[in-house]
Amino acid sequence: MIPLWMYLLVAALLFCIGIYGVLARRNAVAILMSVELMLNAVNINLVAFWRYLAPQDMSGQAFAAFVFVIAAAEAAVGLAILLFVYRTKRSVIVEDVNLLRW
Amino acid sequence: MIELNAQTIAFAILSVLVLGGGLGVVTTRNLVHGALWLVLSLLGVAGYFVLLSAPFLAAVQVLVYIGAIAILIVFAVMLTRSMTSLGEVRNRQWWLSAITVILLFLLLAVGIILPVWGRGAPGEVTSLSATVGGAVELGEALVAGDGFVLPFEVASILLTAAMIGAIVVARDEEDEGA
Repeated sequence: MIPLWMYLLVAALLFCIGIYGVLARRNAVAILMSVELMLNAVNINLVAFWRYLAPQDMSGQAFAAFVFVIAAAEAAVGLAILLFVYRTKRSVIVEDVNLLRW
Repeated sequence: MIELNAQTIAFAILSVLVLGGGLGVVTTRNLVHGALWLVLSLLGVAGYFVLLSAPFLAAVQVLVYIGAIAILIVFAVMLTRSMTSLGEVRNRQWWLSAITVILLFLLLAVGIILPVWGRGAPGEVTSLSATVGGAVELGEALVAGDGFVLPFEVASILLTAAMIGAIVVARDEEDEGA
């Protein structure tokens, strides 16, 4: 049997990779992809805790399903904003998008 | 100790898929390749869901994440002509980000491993229960009055609002008069 901590460790590593992508990448599409990685790490944790600690109670799977919904909404709105930014600034490099900078 | 059987081998292969795909996403220069790495990583997570006896979530993962979100990202890459990422992949503070992330991971790893350090820690699960709620139980929990019916409806409204909002934001206003 695979112990719970191995799932948690992989999820933590995936989450950290995602954070690195968000912090270090310049392209906004790459940043959105990194956010998806982080959401997936959260889902691994939710489902692993559900399986190991409360397999009768469906809360873990239901939470994971809600994360799917949020991820879909986030991807759609994020990419729409990205297309609009690209149309106005001709760039998806986040450092070029500084209209709101004081 | 962890015995070597089909489950552990599958876990090892899936971990390589998930983490390798993730590393590919954050390091590759070509964003179309990045989207393909993302698909690989998401597929590995779907495999984890199968290992964790949640086949319905695995199917949803393939349909929603790989079928919809990854394709949407490929569309965005194509529409913004940013495939080769125009020069530098990383910003100037990337080394600072790397140090922060490594420190955060070490912190999380300590938090994960410390409670189970040494065998037979109290509260450790040694065998999994065979009875597991499946898709039927999940469906009932999502619409039950004492379950998740309110968050379920709110999620529906959120999804509808997000889709309409995405259409409104992405609409090309210059082409409207033509």
